[in-house]
Amino acid sequence: MSTVFIALQTNEDTRPIIEAIVQDNPAAIVNEAPAMVKIDAEGKLVIRRETVEELIGRPYDLQELQVNLITMSGNLDQTDDEMTLYWNA
Amino acid sequence: MDMQVAKKKLGLKERYAVMTRGLDWVPSYQKMEDIYPYMTYEGIKIHDWDKWEDPFRLTMDAYWKYQSEKERKLYAVLDAFNQNNGHLNVTDARYINTVKLFVSGISPLEYVAHRGFAHAGRQFPGPGPRVACLMQSLDEIRHAQTQVHAVANYNKYYNGMHDFHHAHDRVWFLSVPKSFFDDAITAGPFEFMVSIGFSFEYVLTNLLFVPFVSGAAYNGDMGTMTFGFSAQSDEARHMTLGLEVIKFILEQDPDNLPIVQRWIDKWTWRGYRVLTLVAMMMDYMLPKRTMSWKEAWEIYFEENGGALFKDLARYGITMPKCAEQIALEKDHLSHQAWSTFYNYAAAANFHTWMPDEDEMAWLSAKYPNSYDKYYRPRMEYWREQAAKGNRFYNKTLPMLCQTCQVPMIFTEPGDPTKTCYREVDYKDSKYHFCSDHCKAIFEHEPEKYVQSWLPVHQIYQGNCFPEGTDPTVEGFDPLAAVLKYYHLESGRDNLDFEGSEDQKNFDEWRGMATKNV
Amino acid sequence: MHIDLRTVTIKPLRHTFDNIARRLGADKPATRYQEGTLDMQQTVNFHYRPTWDPDHEIYDASRTAIKMADWYAFKDPRQFYYGAYTMARAKQQDTAEANFDFVENRGLAETLPADVRATVLELLVPLRHVAWGSNMNNASICAYSYGTAFSQPGIYQAMDQLGIAQYLTRVGLLLGGVDVLDEAKDSWMTADTWQGLRRYVEDCMVLKDPVELFVAQNVALDGLLYPLVYETIVDDVLSAKGGTPVAMLTQFMTDWFAETKRWTDATMKTAAAESAENKEILAKWVSQWRDRAAATLLPVARIALNERTDELVAEVVQQFNARLVKAGVPL
Ligand SMILES: [Fe+2]
Ligand SMILES: [Fe+2]
Repeated sequence: MSTVFIALQTNEDTRPIIEAIVQDNPAAIVNEAPAMVKIDAEGKLVIRRETVEELIGRPYDLQELQVNLITMSGNLDQTDDEMTLYWNA
Repeated sequence: MDMQVAKKKLGLKERYAVMTRGLDWVPSYQKMEDIYPYMTYEGIKIHDWDKWEDPFRLTMDAYWKYQSEKERKLYAVLDAFNQNNGHLNVTDARYINTVKLFVSGISPLEYVAHRGFAHAGRQFPGPGPRVACLMQSLDEIRHAQTQVHAVANYNKYYNGMHDFHHAHDRVWFLSVPKSFFDDAITAGPFEFMVSIGFSFEYVLTNLLFVPFVSGAAYNGDMGTMTFGFSAQSDEARHMTLGLEVIKFILEQDPDNLPIVQRWIDKWTWRGYRVLTLVAMMMDYMLPKRTMSWKEAWEIYFEENGGALFKDLARYGITMPKCAEQIALEKDHLSHQAWSTFYNYAAAANFHTWMPDEDEMAWLSAKYPNSYDKYYRPRMEYWREQAAKGNRFYNKTLPMLCQTCQVPMIFTEPGDPTKTCYREVDYKDSKYHFCSDHCKAIFEHEPEKYVQSWLPVHQIYQGNCFPEGTDPTVEGFDPLAAVLKYYHLESGRDNLDFEGSEDQKNFDEWRGMATKNV
Repeated sequence: MHIDLRTVTIKPLRHTFDNIARRLGADKPATRYQEGTLDMQQTVNFHYRPTWDPDHEIYDASRTAIKMADWYAFKDPRQFYYGAYTMARAKQQDTAEANFDFVENRGLAETLPADVRATVLELLVPLRHVAWGSNMNNASICAYSYGTAFSQPGIYQAMDQLGIAQYLTRVGLLLGGVDVLDEAKDSWMTADTWQGLRRYVEDCMVLKDPVELFVAQNVALDGLLYPLVYETIVDDVLSAKGGTPVAMLTQFMTDWFAETKRWTDATMKTAAAESAENKEILAKWVSQWRDRAAATLLPVARIALNERTDELVAEVVQQFNARLVKAGVPL
């Protein structure tokens, strides 16, 4: 399986999102760079709305993620509840 | 009331479908081929536009909401940066030359992307890709403008970028990025999407922006870091569009595969040649380095691009052939490029310098197979000569590659001691190339590439002097005339960093902040 | 080490970019609109001709019959660069969202009198397709016109029209759901009422001259449609019949038109003032497209206005003429 990744700006908004990603993808690897966090995962990475909502204590729209997104890799599938990055091969 | 109960809340996908493709209709008063006249001439076959999968489902209300939030944050940072003399926070004034390179080489391309995506966003008969392209068109004018606004403050205090629009259309090396985007926007709409949407945005953008932006972060440039990250936040949508386009075209008809493969090969190479400028920026121009060009290539292309092409293998797509040559060049690219700019610094819109001892040690460590053997000796020699007052600025013009327009500075794949030359006879002329790949691109579309506006040819033909110049007068100085045509002020905008006005001013201004006057 | 850089007062070498200073006639601070607009488009030394249009350069002023000595004579009175544009729209969007919430939460859609509701479904919902057509036409204007001062508002207008098409879709969803959208589309495709307008929109899609397209779409069609539908029909006629919630749902369109017509007027004024030739061409385009637009809008207006249709459409045309004459277009 190949690696997918997502990179986010480091700030107050993204801290709970990164935490949510780590919770839902225990095998993901978090790399910190100045002002940027890159999260790598084998084959697939899922960001779940509910997990983020539990951490921030308010309703969350996954499209809000775009404000702090830097880059990503993999095929994307987005629904109301989940955003998934994956490779088929 | 009963009707209300029956009305269920639509999910993201259904809702987005009625908000976009539901708006479209099949025309009957005008013919499809008159409304969408450019859909067939590239040979791409599309049978069913409804098979298009919308990756990011963003309606305009959400677009305005999130984008204005980004803009508010960005301009707040820029205002603070301007008010607080943020430019004096950068590691050292040499860094500012990367900003000059960026605004004259890259920002104008954002603008072309804006117009190109408006064109593509008008021409595709499928409502899904059309909306995604138009949103990208809107994002791209954002990128062009936020970059100009961010750099406006640097322009107030430093030289070289005061007439960057004018420079972009004229200065010799800027024809490399300019011709790249001109090439894309003059191609058909499908090729445009593969060139910019896929090859550039998906395959190469991480190599362009992540180094520039983390470079800014490492070097204390909050302004550039902020616009860079802010622009990148749109990138996820753009990358996804690029990838969806490729998958969609390939799924539509097996005949599309060879066309798309050829485009991917071509545009990976074209894009890589433009990245030469990024390579030298990373290895030579950032006072505090982030990672080497070679490392960036390995992470973002070999590893990440490798995963991508493995994924696309199910459509029959293979890794572009040029990747092999690029792997051979990765130990050499930045050194050869920076040597060239050091040579031609008299005709550039930024300053050059030779790396100091520490920097050479870093280069040796990052390039153990090439730096000490091939490049350190010549750089040490140049440094010595400069110290002795023999700084040599090359004023003879280099031959340019007809396709990528980079001077013919690259070496044979596998032999870094021999310059690589290729040529083709076409009609009555001989055309020159930096590589087999540039040659092959020309041979496939000679009628396109014979049109290239090659800066060196143009100078020799007398087309790059200010109006009214008489090159036959005694003592005519062609370089001086060309610099005038570029609107570059010799002695301020060009030459070495050492002794420049930028260096002097930065030291003085920083001194004012750290000492009591 | 922390350095307090704010304490340093230094004199800048220059206040703006040279291209801006040349246009302003002096090196003085420029606005973000100016820095984000002036000379943004490349002008010379293009490398290749478009394979899709080899008779023209990538950007080519000769795609239109209108001639300008300087295409940067145009100025958007709203001074919209991307940031100013999105922030303005986000604010309007907040209001629109609050209005939709208000109508939805109080169940006001269900309290609409039956004839008002029918009018909305028959008249407003099919207009989402007209807005979609305008989105395409303004994409053309942006892509093929010359100079950022002229082309830039084109992309804003295109996306605004997409937004309007989406607001109208929401009105349909709120009043009846997906079925209502399908019925409206059916009318748009087949009902006699709509065929003139659909033909108009499709005919615009094949116009090659970007300024003529600007006149046909933004000046003539929208210049009649918005005052007629949103000001006359929704805000006056329907509101008088208990349709105020509808006016809340279309407030975005009313405000938007009041704002964007300042841009279309300023653009016409600049182009007409340039030369007698421009003035003549513009007058010809305006009167041709106005007459067609007015005729195609008659059956549409009749849905709401019945026997008062001719009178009220004539009134709107009269106001339109006055507007254009004021902008320097002799009609
Ligand atoms: Fe961009
Ligand atoms: Fe080349």
